[in-house]
Amino acid sequence: MAATVAGVVRRIEVPQRRVAAGLWENAWYRLRRDRLTIVATIVLVTLILLSAAAPLLAEHVFQTSFESQDLLKNYQTPRLEPLKYVLGSDEIGRSQVVRLFYGGQVSLFIGFIAAFMNITIGVGLGLLAGYFRGALDDVITWAVTTLNSIPTIFLLIIFSALFSPSALLLTTVIGVLFWTGVTNFVRGQTFALREREFITAARTIGASSSRIMMRHILPNVLPLIFVLMAIDIGTIILAESALSYLGLGVMPPMPSWGNMLTNAASYFARAPWLVVSPGAVIFLTVLCLYLIGDGLRDALDPRLKQT
Amino acid sequence: MRTYILRRVLYAIPTLFGISILVFAVTRMAPGDPVRLYTFGALNITEEDIQGIRLHYGLVNPDGTERNIALQYVDWITLAVQGDFGKSLQYRQPALNLLVERLPATLQLATAALILQLLIGIPLGVVAALKRGTWIDNVIRVFAVIGHAVPTFWIGLLFIIVFSVSFRVLPSQGLLTVGHDVWDIPDRLKHILMPAFVLSLAGIANYSRYLRTETLDVINQDYIRTAHAKGLRERSVMYGHALRNALIPMVTALGPLLAVLVGGSLVIEQVFTWPGVGQFTYAAARSKDYPVIMAGVMIAATLLVLSYLIRDIAYALVDPRIKVK
Repeated sequence: MAATVAGVVRRIEVPQRRVAAGLWENAWYRLRRDRLTIVATIVLVTLILLSAAAPLLAEHVFQTSFESQDLLKNYQTPRLEPLKYVLGSDEIGRSQVVRLFYGGQVSLFIGFIAAFMNITIGVGLGLLAGYFRGALDDVITWAVTTLNSIPTIFLLIIFSALFSPSALLLTTVIGVLFWTGVTNFVRGQTFALREREFITAARTIGASSSRIMMRHILPNVLPLIFVLMAIDIGTIILAESALSYLGLGVMPPMPSWGNMLTNAASYFARAPWLVVSPGAVIFLTVLCLYLIGDGLRDALDPRLKQT
Repeated sequence: MRTYILRRVLYAIPTLFGISILVFAVTRMAPGDPVRLYTFGALNITEEDIQGIRLHYGLVNPDGTERNIALQYVDWITLAVQGDFGKSLQYRQPALNLLVERLPATLQLATAALILQLLIGIPLGVVAALKRGTWIDNVIRVFAVIGHAVPTFWIGLLFIIVFSVSFRVLPSQGLLTVGHDVWDIPDRLKHILMPAFVLSLAGIANYSRYLRTETLDVINQDYIRTAHAKGLRERSVMYGHALRNALIPMVTALGPLLAVLVGGSLVIEQVFTWPGVGQFTYAAARSKDYPVIMAGVMIAATLLVLSYLIRDIAYALVDPRIKVK
């Protein structure tokens, strides 16, 4: 009765127990302060959104489609009016900017899906080789060395020339060809990790090999996998564009950033702007991906940061 | 040293074997019948003749049944290791000879690009490390990222637009001006400058980045401080102690770069109409000239395996610790 002088019972402030910041929280904290990486991410997301919205943009903003031709309006120089010629028009009067967005769909799709396949195969084989060693490791290492010793672009060109694959098949082929780098990395990491005490501890309490690989080794390798993935997507987009430029990757009339350059290259004396824009988007996309990769690496492992 | 080299040479054999299987499998799985292609347009050819050609090339057994694919591979590889890849379907000449004729052009381009990489990339990396944190360092680092991200064939096209179309200072294609003497060196240099530079971009970026890290690593070592402490001049510390050690890991960086050179030259040869192995293989792939395709890939792969071999041996030479592994 006497204690309630002010008429209220004061609650004791118990400070909430703060959860210690984990790897991802720390990384996120550092990433937010990395302006370059943030800008790169924003640019990349914008490019992805623009490509994804290509049909909508074409219909409502530019009022044309990626295949609608206008032979009287070919080689239009870039200008703001009408909006569909903001990046000019090509040799049969198609709107360059709309084709660029559509091309982004194909190029980005191939990049992301093929990289995902690479990572899956690469991580799987790398874990197996690093963990089990022995004959399995020898076979996988042999496969890696063999694939690394064929210039990949040669293999892709031959495959594409002989099979004339669809975009989906091309994605699959790139997906099953470019995994060697990831495998090498994961294998090396696994080699080192499996000698660590926590793995021995896990083994002593009877954890199975698959459990050790999935629950103990993989989470330790995973962060840097995202770094590799960002760089991998960039490399694949570059390879696909080179292939399509040579007329072997994605086939017209489906536009891709690479095959838009094929035709542009034959008309560059008349319409140099047609050469500039597709290459510039490829460059911008890959640059963003590499910057994100670098930023992620610095955020995840500050010790590696180059000063 | 000799055993090390021998072991590395032996390691190359299973690699080349794997490559040959892959190349054989890809070309054999391809749709379309090369025999039909070979005889396309021949008017008075009978089904019997076609069967005869199949028998001649070992595609069928004498009784007309399909020959075992493993045996076909053995047939092919036995001749291939002797340098016989068969005759080009298009040119009716031995495929290997056709490609070997074009090998010097590719090697010239690759060597020129490699020299440019070293000449530009190494100084850039060292300067960036010594001027760490300044704007020079930043510019070089930005350039290193850009050099990786830019599609080389696109840069090639832009260069052609700028230097050949607009300013007309450099030729856009070929080894040398038609009609000029083969030994007209200035003319050849003018022709090789653009393709070699474009091809070397990725390498310049790589080397400058790599060497910057290495140099930074080395100049923080104790022996550099010792060298400074005993009163050596800055210049002799840099060249005598720091650079020599920073350059050692460069040799390993050579590996992926050679891969880029061999692979990238195909695309660049196409852009600059450089009559090399890559361009010829590409043309063969487009016209489904199987013997040339297979020989072309095998040559490119052998070049790569060979350069990896040289890299490993060079590394063992500069860093004797490596042999122990």
